[in-house]
Amino acid sequence: MRKSAFCLLLAPLALPAADTGEALFRTHCAPCHGPQGNGGRGSNLAVRNLPRAPDDTALSAIIALGIPGTQMPGTRMTGDENRQLVAYVRALGRTPAMPAPGDRANGERLFWSKGKCGQCHTIGPRGGRMGPDLTEIGTRRSPAHLRTSLLDPEAEVPDTFAVYRRVIFTPDNFLQVRAVTRDGRQITGVRVDEDAFTIQIRDYSDRLYSFAKDELRELHKDWGKSPMPSVHGVLSDSELQDLIAYLSGLQGAR
Amino acid sequence: MRELLALWAIAWPLAAQVTYGRIAAARSEPASWLTYSGTYSGQRYSALKAINRANVARLKPAWIYQTNDLNPFEVTPLVADAVMYISEPPSHAAALDLRTGRPLWIYRRPVPSEVHTCCGQVNRGLAALDNTVFLGTLDAHLLALDAKTGHLLWDVTVADYQTGYSITAAPLALKDKVIVGISGGEYGIRGFLDAYDPKTGARLWRFWTVPGPGEPGHETWAADSWKTGSAATWVTGAYDPDLNLLYWATGNPGPDYDGGPRAGDNLFSASLLALDAATGKRQWHFQFTPHDTHDWDANHVPVLLDATFQGRPRKLVVNANRNGFFYVLDRQTGEFLLGKPYAKQTWASGLDARGRPIVLPATEPKPEGTLVYPGIHGATNWNSPSYSPDTGLLYVAAREEGNVFYSATAEYKPGNYFSAGGMRGIPGVEPSGPIKALDPLTGLERWEFALHGPPWAGVLSTAGGLVFGGTPEGNLFALDAATGKPLWNFQAGAPVYANPISYEFRGTQYIAIAAGRSLLVFAVE
Repeated sequence: MRKSAFCLLLAPLALPAADTGEALFRTHCAPCHGPQGNGGRGSNLAVRNLPRAPDDTALSAIIALGIPGTQMPGTRMTGDENRQLVAYVRALGRTPAMPAPGDRANGERLFWSKGKCGQCHTIGPRGGRMGPDLTEIGTRRSPAHLRTSLLDPEAEVPDTFAVYRRVIFTPDNFLQVRAVTRDGRQITGVRVDEDAFTIQIRDYSDRLYSFAKDELRELHKDWGKSPMPSVHGVLSDSELQDLIAYLSGLQGAR
Repeated sequence: MRELLALWAIAWPLAAQVTYGRIAAARSEPASWLTYSGTYSGQRYSALKAINRANVARLKPAWIYQTNDLNPFEVTPLVADAVMYISEPPSHAAALDLRTGRPLWIYRRPVPSEVHTCCGQVNRGLAALDNTVFLGTLDAHLLALDAKTGHLLWDVTVADYQTGYSITAAPLALKDKVIVGISGGEYGIRGFLDAYDPKTGARLWRFWTVPGPGEPGHETWAADSWKTGSAATWVTGAYDPDLNLLYWATGNPGPDYDGGPRAGDNLFSASLLALDAATGKRQWHFQFTPHDTHDWDANHVPVLLDATFQGRPRKLVVNANRNGFFYVLDRQTGEFLLGKPYAKQTWASGLDARGRPIVLPATEPKPEGTLVYPGIHGATNWNSPSYSPDTGLLYVAAREEGNVFYSATAEYKPGNYFSAGGMRGIPGVEPSGPIKALDPLTGLERWEFALHGPPWAGVLSTAGGLVFGGTPEGNLFALDAATGKPLWNFQAGAPVYANPISYEFRGTQYIAIAAGRSLLVFAVE
């Protein structure tokens, strides 16, 4: 699974933006945001909705002036260059439209019934909180990627560690942990957050724990592990196709 | 009440003189914190012991001061005569009442919108001398402020900020000079270190960290690459008054990741310089990372200590370097005495007899990426180490973090980012960081305390047998200096990008450290 994550990072760019935008991006943005814009020292820009730039005017202002209170500096460039860079950055966040064939309505039914996906995943306000939120999964993952994850959930557990992160959020980071308390209780669940002295865990019956690390006798981090069962043998081929069609169509609130 | 106030004024006259004599003897005045590292030695050690192993668990906030700015608050405060002097982002200064944390004055420097900083609009502190405090600004000016009122006494331009220069480091005040380092290593500046007259602001000397034509070391730069060679001096150095030598470290050569256009060792980048404080002339230099291509600035506070090293009394300077190696040098001669890895590194098989790294093949950044430890932030960074003469240990806030380094080509344009590449995280590997206690005479690790994320906070050791530090997740903590056992922690609610200090006021010892936009001051109830 680590391997496939790596391949994804090294995949060549196939983006429709202008050459100039790409050249500007390489010079000004890539050193921190990564050559593919998917994050490094800076945040991941290859997302559909940039949290700090709801529209192009806001993105243009951030490029010109930086973001106070962060390491993002302003950048000198002409208005034309700024516009080209805005267009390029916007293009990074758009997964090329890949319509997945299948019956979306049936996929949605399967999500909440036979597939049991909703026990652990949220879509909008509905669902379980154990696994990553899937409200916008269609903007992040291709149909092929979704198929792999549904059949082999541990093929790629998301664990892209932002260098400057201080709060751990799924879906960017998903980690199963197993803790044993000093009095012998065993808790297996998802890491909700962690610092040097404490860890917060949600167990698989949706109970939230907060431990000081010195209250724990053992703390195991199951890198690459996922509690998610494969849909292999649960869903038929055509049902799987319908579920993928449904998930691919999840494009968020907009 | 009136009587009380009068008594107060008599007992603690506000803003007395911070004379050179007091700074030079700061070790014997632990109630104050008179210079960036506490003393000129760079040891960041407090001889106070009222807060100690037995009572540190009862440490509680006494007061909190908050800045009005979102940028990281990286200050090391100064404390003298009932007043705390701080800088705050972007380029402001303030004096705080030690009893309450209430400001006595705030100097607000208007900063142009187009300043060029790689890593946030920050400032790490002030220098104090006599009745003046000194502030470096993001638009690369050095200011002198009246310590009593905050009024501007003089303002000199150190460099042209529009070409990428800025000042983020605390200046260092000597007897009759103010030393100030420059930032801008990611903008293709030509680095230097300056000395100014504290009374007038006249420049007394400048040492170019990238030698010009005809100067020794110029031959280590291909063609015109020296003109954008960087070697910034962005972290405050140390000083030995007896030798009258300044010890100041330099940053990465420019551009950071593409060494092609700058063939050669690129002196005096990624080096430690020993400069004659009177003239700014170079006494010796030691380059940790010749021809660096991984952004391994040597910008650490050099730690000066005197010890019997391998049977012989020596004046030493030690450095846990961003490149992953710990170094011991003779600070009179610059002779290399010892070098050992202290964190994970994959770029060198070791150091040769003169301390030069034996670089492994295939460790250079490539367009498609090269995985190397340490990462671009190094095995430690600007956040200060600490040396305790009680335990004889050097404490380092270390980083266990690699990166995929990639190179690109960069065209130099004044004021524009000039790094020629960058980095990515390593998929599937969560970076971490421990506090390490090293024996500075052998480089061997005595203990380590694992943190969660790699720290951006420096450490302070005290005669109370404690080491204080902070984490990027907002923990402030105290460890047993002898064993590394955690004895106290406090969640401050925001990342810690600062160095702790300690001082005493009205018979009580305090610990002060910035976190988020707050300066927190702690005492035992």
